[in-house]
Amino acid sequence: MNPELQGRAFAPTSPYLVGREKVREFARAVLATNPLSFDVEAARKAGHADLVAPPTFPIVVQEQTLAQLLAEPDSGIDFSRVVHGDQRFTYSRPIVAGDELTATLAVTSVKSLGAHSMVTAESTIVGADGEHVVTATSTLVVRGDE
Amino acid sequence: MPDFDTLTIGDVVAERTTELTRDTLVRYAGASGDFNPIHYRDDIATAVGLPGVIAHGMLTMGLAVQPVVDWAGDPSLVTDYQVRFTRPVVVDPQTGATVTIVAKVGQLDAEASVAHIDLTVTFDDATVLGKAQVRVSLGR
Repeated sequence: MNPELQGRAFAPTSPYLVGREKVREFARAVLATNPLSFDVEAARKAGHADLVAPPTFPIVVQEQTLAQLLAEPDSGIDFSRVVHGDQRFTYSRPIVAGDELTATLAVTSVKSLGAHSMVTAESTIVGADGEHVVTATSTLVVRGDE
Repeated sequence: MPDFDTLTIGDVVAERTTELTRDTLVRYAGASGDFNPIHYRDDIATAVGLPGVIAHGMLTMGLAVQPVVDWAGDPSLVTDYQVRFTRPVVVDPQTGATVTIVAKVGQLDAEASVAHIDLTVTFDDATVLGKAQVRVSLGR
């Protein structure tokens, strides 16, 4: 893997509009049952503008930034050898249907561990107002030759 | 919302056994946009050295927090969630896979009214997520 990836700046992704049906679809897919992800009235009664996305929903938005990373011509990352090592989501506010989210990627660390290398990609996700919503951090392990 | 003041370190706040099938994986692939074939094709999964089709790590992460969401009563109370993927969940085409989740209070931040919940997620008698921690904000 190319160590010069660390610190590289990436362009923000095009805005992702969080659809109500997408929230429901994602919630069903992670076997969520909480009504605030399915029932608009229940979400509004609980003080939210619309359906509340499940905690791991930002992966859908972060995916676009990981695609940017893997598409860098000089990344040296062989996708078929990539294993997801760690994942974290740190919220400033919840994601609700109707949000328009933009993610900006930063590569915060590139390390070698024997034959393997590890890259930490941090995607800062903001709303239409530019305010922070959630940071999604992935560590990808690229397996070397055994 | 649970009352922060009644919580004690070590309390088990939620427990659940979840059954996964191949259908669950296909549904997650569609919803998330992750169409890596190791999550639906046995031939490709075994070709890359896996014992068979495995669940998306992000599916395991996504379902493992649901007992905590239900305990909290509102997904927005989860303000931080992290995991390490340590072992794959192999999903048999006929019998699926059974994942067990235990959510325990690991730490209490009284100043911020934030409960740190530790998840133990087990498949086939082995843990599949390491360092699985959820922060639940219980302040008003």
